[in-house]
Amino acid sequence: MPPENEKNCARREFLRTGLQGAALVGLGALAGRLVTPSASQKTVWQIDPAKCIQCERCAVNCVLKPSAVKCVHAFKLCGYCRPCFGFFQPDYNALNAGAENQLCPTGAIERSFVEDPYYQYVINEPLCIGCSKCVKGCTAFGNGSLHLQVRHDRCVNCNECSIAVSCPSNAFVRVPASQPYLIKGKEHA
Amino acid sequence: MKSKLLALGSWLLAVGLACTVPAGLCQAAEQFPPPDFTSSGYQIPQPTTPPARADFYELLDSLVLAAALGLATYLIYRRRSRRGVFWLMLFSVAYFGFWRKGCVCPIGAIQNVAEAGFGSGLVLPVVVTVFFFLPLVLALFFGRTYCSAVCPHGALQDAILAKPVTVPPWLSHALGLLAYFYLGLAVLFAVTGSAYIICEYDPFVALFRRCGSAGLLSISAFFVLLAVFVGRPYCRFLCPYGAILRILSQLSRWRVKIYPDRCINCHLCDESCPYGAIHKTTPLEQASPRVAGKGRILAFAALVPLLVLLGGWFGSRLAGPLSHMDSTVRLADRIRLEESKPEVGRPSGSPGDPEDRPTEEMSDRSKAFRRTGQAFEELYADAAAVYSRFKAGSWWFGAWVGLVVGLKLLSLALPRRYSEYEADRSLCVACARCFAYCPGEKGLLDPNLKAKIAP
Repeated sequence: MPPENEKNCARREFLRTGLQGAALVGLGALAGRLVTPSASQKTVWQIDPAKCIQCERCAVNCVLKPSAVKCVHAFKLCGYCRPCFGFFQPDYNALNAGAENQLCPTGAIERSFVEDPYYQYVINEPLCIGCSKCVKGCTAFGNGSLHLQVRHDRCVNCNECSIAVSCPSNAFVRVPASQPYLIKGKEHA
Repeated sequence: MKSKLLALGSWLLAVGLACTVPAGLCQAAEQFPPPDFTSSGYQIPQPTTPPARADFYELLDSLVLAAALGLATYLIYRRRSRRGVFWLMLFSVAYFGFWRKGCVCPIGAIQNVAEAGFGSGLVLPVVVTVFFFLPLVLALFFGRTYCSAVCPHGALQDAILAKPVTVPPWLSHALGLLAYFYLGLAVLFAVTGSAYIICEYDPFVALFRRCGSAGLLSISAFFVLLAVFVGRPYCRFLCPYGAILRILSQLSRWRVKIYPDRCINCHLCDESCPYGAIHKTTPLEQASPRVAGKGRILAFAALVPLLVLLGGWFGSRLAGPLSHMDSTVRLADRIRLEESKPEVGRPSGSPGDPEDRPTEEMSDRSKAFRRTGQAFEELYADAAAVYSRFKAGSWWFGAWVGLVVGLKLLSLALPRRYSEYEADRSLCVACARCFAYCPGEKGLLDPNLKAKIAP
């Protein structure tokens, strides 16, 4: 190899090492700036029930089928209404759990007798598709104890939640992973 | 029968009432206090709250990433084993792909880092930081080890590549620029807080989750089919993280090498490389003297700042259409449109009451906005703020496009001579195919063969 070429190689190597060092320092500085101990908490997606307008998009826009959003019953708020507005069709035939009386398209709400005249309504989560039909009824005419929540045993916590993108009322928010629910009637759960 | 009618009547009445009362009011009040369950001793149950994925698993992901990167480096540089790399690829597809469902990944993390870096107040979890920076730092030492066998996207495409067609160099150079443009666009949308387009249009995540929207699934199917015939189409032509790695691996301390002392110019490595990343030796008659290209190089170097300015100017013209990616801007436009329309069927006494307008004129988004009771001016101000960010951002995006194109032209003008078969620093994804094909690599050749056949 001629000496001039060798010199070129050495110069190139020097330049490369210099740039490499600069890139390392730059990456380190950026990483150092971004990670602060106070800001290291992981976040997850959740629905703010106060903003939800029950548009039914949660049922179709989740990357999971069926959706990771399910109905949650905040029993403490429940008024135990005699015709439960989340359970019964507006034009029900009778106040019983017959399929034609039920509002839920998948029959995911289980009605069980408590004491006369009260019934308890429990969401059967594997059946719930998060369509918010019951939430709409309960919110409009009852206490609003039925509401939608992202269920974290199902949610894959996408970097950008695809329901959040389509949510018309900006009800999807990032919450700390240590307090991942916004259950109605509680600060956090 | 009578009670049923009564119930229906009360329902209809309630519907009518609810239509006139804003929903916000209904939500706040607890209309029916819960009864006392005295006779049955019924305890009011608690809703279940299954916890989010524990932090421990996040840590585990980071550790698995570090271990996989280390193993990939060892397999490529020490063992020089395509078989080992291939098994690691399968592991990565299984773990980071199908098990972790493709999230979190460094490609998408670009957006989080960009958004957090420009001071939006976005919280950047440790795991995202690790996933974004670790492969970059490693690239400064060992090149694109992450791409080789750790990235589930790359590994998947590499593993299913059955019948590679050669992409002509001009096309490959041109398409390779798309990745830089995509990177610029993704950063622009992330910084303005509008969208995470990398995640939204990710080609393989629907496959890893085995469900998704029709659009995502068809993108997946398209890329999977393409990857059977074209080597790593996403990595080479679109991946924005690959674009960053291409730049950084130019500076890498070590790189994949075809041992010159064992090379007998048999072409096998070059032919085995499906990514066109191996430079052939330059024939002597083509090795033009340096002086001839100097004028051309200077001309292209002068062109770079010109292209940057031109790109910036052109980019800033695009601020309007680009800003429509942002939902606030879209909503503001929608509200403006609705406000400018003549109001149909709206009683004079209820200004701004959303329920009295014909529904087809209102999107869910504008309806939801009207329910919040927020002032229109506030929304318009928000949208204007977003737009001004887009105005600045799209100038930079255009300038970035100009810079990329300019530098590409300049680099193409630079004369390159290769006296031996050499893997390109930025294009080589260290898939280790050439190792498997090289006869010298396996010790199949007489160590003195090269000396014998050399003239």
